[in-house]
Amino acid sequence: MTSPARELNTAALPEAFDAPGLGFLNAGQTGVPALAALLRLSRQLGQRLLPWLVPVALIVGWQIASAQGWISTRVLPAPLDVLKAAWTLTASGELWTHVKVSAGRALLGLAIGGGLGLLLGLLTGSVRWAETLLDSTLQMVRNIPALALIPLVILWFGIDETAKLFLIAVSVFFPIYLNTFHGIRNVDPGLIEMGRTYGLGRWALYRQIVLPGAMSSILVGLRFSLGLMWVILIVAETISAQAGIGYLTMNAREFLQTDIVLVGILLYALLGKLADLFAKGLERYWLRWHPGYQKSA
Amino acid sequence: MSTPTSHTSSGGVRLKLRGLTKRYGEREVLRQADLNIEPGEFVAIVGRSGCGKSTLLRLVAGLESATRGQLDIDGRAVNGLNPDTRIMFQDSRLLPWKRVLDNVALGLPSEQRPRAEAVLAQVGLAERANEWPARLSGGQRQRVALARALVHQPRLLLLDEPLGALDALTRIEMHELIEGLWRRHGFTALLVTHDVQEAVALADRVILIEDGVIALDERVPLARPRSRGDAAFAALEKRILDRVLQHEPAEPEAADTQWPGVPAHGLRWAV
Repeated sequence: MTSPARELNTAALPEAFDAPGLGFLNAGQTGVPALAALLRLSRQLGQRLLPWLVPVALIVGWQIASAQGWISTRVLPAPLDVLKAAWTLTASGELWTHVKVSAGRALLGLAIGGGLGLLLGLLTGSVRWAETLLDSTLQMVRNIPALALIPLVILWFGIDETAKLFLIAVSVFFPIYLNTFHGIRNVDPGLIEMGRTYGLGRWALYRQIVLPGAMSSILVGLRFSLGLMWVILIVAETISAQAGIGYLTMNAREFLQTDIVLVGILLYALLGKLADLFAKGLERYWLRWHPGYQKSA
Repeated sequence: MSTPTSHTSSGGVRLKLRGLTKRYGEREVLRQADLNIEPGEFVAIVGRSGCGKSTLLRLVAGLESATRGQLDIDGRAVNGLNPDTRIMFQDSRLLPWKRVLDNVALGLPSEQRPRAEAVLAQVGLAERANEWPARLSGGQRQRVALARALVHQPRLLLLDEPLGALDALTRIEMHELIEGLWRRHGFTALLVTHDVQEAVALADRVILIEDGVIALDERVPLARPRSRGDAAFAALEKRILDRVLQHEPAEPEAADTQWPGVPAHGLRWAV
């Protein structure tokens, strides 16, 4: 006798919890929806904020540890000191000049190496004899790590700007070259045949079918290149430089200014992130026809 | 029946094949094909897969050249691609990076772009002009492909199993659309299909190719529009289908006439 009754009770329990709540929400048509919306908003806010909890806790802990003297500033400066250093560098305009020099180097290297990679990739991808002539040579050269060239590059160009540009250009060349070549070769031959039967000339065929068809692959190459570009830039600037973020950090190291070193590291991270966002933006624009790149509404 | 030809091009082309032969290495895909197609005629080519019907179409399109024989369009030998000929492929081959209207206007001089809109409206997709092809259904994509072919006002339209991948209902809709546009524009049409019903529904003549040889050339004497439920339609479809099935294919498929595990006499009892 008792057990069915208890079962009945437990079964009714969730309802009992729910029902008043629902009735309460439905009853006050004017004031209560606002409350519900507020609840929903706070829940959403919680979802948004939760991922930030750990990083913020880490930084707060770090700040406390530095302030208490548990971590020596020679090992790691306090986050507030890093912020202060960043602020003074920005205020004096020094930061901006260094960022400009570094970004200029990176972009010029990318333009030279990436441009060449794109051109040669288009050539070997589209023209058979160019592939036979060039591709095996390029594949051989590809196996040489760009950083292994540093001693030779210093002998050739000294420790000048040219050396840094050369290193960056060489390293960004291959991802773009390979992906362009691959992209062109993978354009659907059916589409090309269709274009020919629909009276497209060589140039129209290239511009309207081959290039757009290879675009997603080319952009993958660009993203690889952008990642490499920053790595090589950091190495090249650390070797020797008279300006740039690398110079800023190496100089600060000599004077044990760990806060400035950290500002430099964060700057590299920021620039890398910006470059990635830029590449993503390009993908979003050029591949907007592709279901995989369309914003899920 | 009033079918005014509202366009400038002068109807369809006359197609003449004499001893047309195509060989890939040792294999003769098409052997000594003779065929006359009148201007404005709708001809369907049926046959088992691999019989050489698609090769014939590609030869007529100028996508491939014959090993031997003669192929004339309006008395001129076919030598490569022809601006009067347009082909509609089995897969729509729309450019995914161009919007629907730009796909239809492919290869069209910019001053003729308004015509692309008009033809897109003829296939009933005017309101989808700014969509990406990826957002269309298979049937809609083929309609866009049809519009893209018609916008050039072809005098010969080649259809290479364009409806093979569509479901039955969409197919019937497409039949009506193609037939209507053919009557309106007056081009010569050559349809390759493995669907005998489709051939009988659309064509003036049905041609059967077997192992590279034209084995049957049958007129379809039914009045248009044709109804599939019609007795004459069904009889003709059955006759052609029987003829197609009568021939043993070069690579025989496993004949599977009995149900496995069920004795034949048991079936007889049940019936």
